[in-house]
Amino acid sequence: MKISVYRFNPDTDTKPRMQDYEVKTFQGMMLRDALLEVKKQDESFSFRHSCGEGVCGSDAVNANGRNVLSCVTPITELKSPILVRPLPGRPVIRDLVVDMTQFYEQYRAVKPYLVRKDPLPEQEILQSPADRDKLDGLYECILCGCCSTACPSFWWNPDKFHGPAALLQSWRFLADTRDQATEERLDALEGPYKLFRCHSIMNCVEVCPKGLNPTRAIGHIKELMLDKGL
Amino acid sequence: MSLPTRHFDALIIGAGGAGLNAALQLASAELRVAVVSKVFPTRSHTVAAQGGVNAALANVLPDSWHWHMFDTVKGSDYLGDQDAIEFMCREAIPTVYELEHAGVPFSRLDNGKIYQRAFGGQSQNFGGDQAARTCAAADRTGHAILHTLYQQNIRARTHFFDEFFAVDLVRDADGICCGALVLEIETGEPLLIEAKATLLATGGCGQVFRTTSNAHINTGDGAAMALRAGIPLMDMEFFQFHPTGIAGKGMLITEGVRGEGGYLVNKDGERFMERYAPRAKDLASRDVVSRAIVTEVKEGRGCGENGDYVMLKLDHLGEAVISKRLPGIRESSKIFAGADPVIEPIPVFPTAHYAMGGIPTDRFGRVAMPAGHGSEEVVVGLYAAGECACASVHGANRLGGNSLLDILVFGRLAGKDIIEFVRDNPYRRNADSASLDQVMSRLSRWDRKGDGMSVHQMRAELRKCMEDHAGVFRTEEIMAEGYEKLCELRDRLPEVRLTDHSKVFNTARIEALELDNMMDVGMSIAVSALHRQESRGAHSRPDYPERDDQAWLKHSLYYQEGDRMDYKPVRTKPLTVESFPPKERVY
Repeated sequence: MKISVYRFNPDTDTKPRMQDYEVKTFQGMMLRDALLEVKKQDESFSFRHSCGEGVCGSDAVNANGRNVLSCVTPITELKSPILVRPLPGRPVIRDLVVDMTQFYEQYRAVKPYLVRKDPLPEQEILQSPADRDKLDGLYECILCGCCSTACPSFWWNPDKFHGPAALLQSWRFLADTRDQATEERLDALEGPYKLFRCHSIMNCVEVCPKGLNPTRAIGHIKELMLDKGL
Repeated sequence: MSLPTRHFDALIIGAGGAGLNAALQLASAELRVAVVSKVFPTRSHTVAAQGGVNAALANVLPDSWHWHMFDTVKGSDYLGDQDAIEFMCREAIPTVYELEHAGVPFSRLDNGKIYQRAFGGQSQNFGGDQAARTCAAADRTGHAILHTLYQQNIRARTHFFDEFFAVDLVRDADGICCGALVLEIETGEPLLIEAKATLLATGGCGQVFRTTSNAHINTGDGAAMALRAGIPLMDMEFFQFHPTGIAGKGMLITEGVRGEGGYLVNKDGERFMERYAPRAKDLASRDVVSRAIVTEVKEGRGCGENGDYVMLKLDHLGEAVISKRLPGIRESSKIFAGADPVIEPIPVFPTAHYAMGGIPTDRFGRVAMPAGHGSEEVVVGLYAAGECACASVHGANRLGGNSLLDILVFGRLAGKDIIEFVRDNPYRRNADSASLDQVMSRLSRWDRKGDGMSVHQMRAELRKCMEDHAGVFRTEEIMAEGYEKLCELRDRLPEVRLTDHSKVFNTARIEALELDNMMDVGMSIAVSALHRQESRGAHSRPDYPERDDQAWLKHSLYYQEGDRMDYKPVRTKPLTVESFPPKERVY
């Protein structure tokens, strides 16, 4: 099978290029296996990867124009020749490795941690199963970046628009019955950009390898803002 | 030589559960703490833990920390230190509540309390009925905990060095550890981080085996750094093979599947665990279940064309339970085994999973080594916690759900002890140039050019050798042959060459440095295993089938220099309760 990967090493290259490799396939082969095969043939090829089972979120790449997590993407689902590029819209450090700093900054900006103001009980804070169910589809995010780097609003305003991944986490804490910072969280999202740059294009939903729905979470935040009359 | 240098009160190497929980204590106490991680923190392998964390909350069935302690001592095949185990089991309860308060989205019971499931080796009343002690967030507990700890560290403003690789520990002129030399992966530039205290929290080393549940990053970096600093590794022969890895691939299928009511069958459809563990059946300890599976396959009762795996059946649980309690493994099974467990069983076989051994520490996370005449000495300023450490709470076999517990309890405690240490030792120490030269030479060694074996090839040979010679069943003959092969590989290691010497994000260079670590740690496993002439816990020898408490109720210590072995007694005296004397271990 032919696989064509994006190559750029700032030490030696003035511009990027696509490079072809021939890799042997096997049953159950994932895109990550193909990239590892390329690495075996050519150790100068760099990409991030770790767990190999879709939970660490390291190996998001753009394959045939679509953002995917390579370790859970069977090559049989990709049309040949497979074109593998770095996630779009982020500065390339080398080959498939992109600079995710801004993505992480946006994540930190939504204060992604539980805020509790009441004195803590001796045991657990109680939460009904129904209330806990509200966190399903939110907490599972692996911060791979497939969604935000597929979002045109994030491409245009990465410094101002928080992007789908961060906003999904914002809603994860707003939806948590244990959290006591709803108003501060909503106040911090005011203005035309941080939240409201989302135009429901839904690329994020389309590409999320964990099947999460940031667009819906963003909708919930907007509704809550209206409810609170902010 | 002038190196860019940064100074902190504490340096933590590794950003998994142990490192992050330690960092949280330190940052909350307003100490200057640096966390160095070769990957972005939420990519650490804690993220892959599935089933849960043990604590005797008694939310589902009656429970007590004392029963938890008994199960852990028995599970360890009596090799665990009972003071550390008592401490961990007591601390488990406030630790889990603290995590819940920090935001971990635990699954819930109807009364709003944390959901707990049954796991292997758990009992009520010191060996009685099955207990339900494992606190779970569906089957993504590690992910939930790791993300929460990272989030709380954001709140506490911990200083992170993301994608920096720790090369080696450095010492001052008195030989005292004063930080580490690290490599910024993005630029390829070295950086010296000097700190009053250093915590190794680098996780496991499962990558030394070819088939493993461990991530690519689990290369035993901290354990190897300790070895090179002259510190021995303890009980390295005890390596856990998780019974249920996806056959042929190794990805983990949580013990929680069996905790929720799933069971194993062979090609005849027989529920074979009934023969090996009449009472606990599929929820016997992991070493017992792994041996049973390998035996079934060896004796011709395996499934599939080559008869090389067994089946894990859970379709009888129904789609509702599977979707609610085991959504992650349903996803994994569909992707990697092509089987939806709602309709068909999952093909499984044991997979290299967890190092019970590691850097010897006391129960405050302080690295401790023998000082002659049976006494022990703390290595000043050096701490270890999590899978790279050995406290020792797992002994010869770890119980499921005790790993997340170990990293959290001892990570937190190491953090608290470092706070006191830094208060008592407020002055900065400076790295000695001889020590720095030595560490820099480990880096420059990989700048050598010319022909030679590739890192990839050496890595593959090492992993194959470990799999063939240090697996579930080990005989003198198999292990001696393995040791010979390993020695040969180690001799050839200096001939391995990189072809890519570029600086920016050179992952080949990182893999070369990891290869050094894997070689050092792999050797510690092989040598320790070869010497222990008994069967205990995960170390199973057909040529010495019995446990031998007379000769072998003792911890192994492997020193890198001369591949030397030493031993030290097991701490059988708990803190406050009666000791559990060794008994025959049946499930």
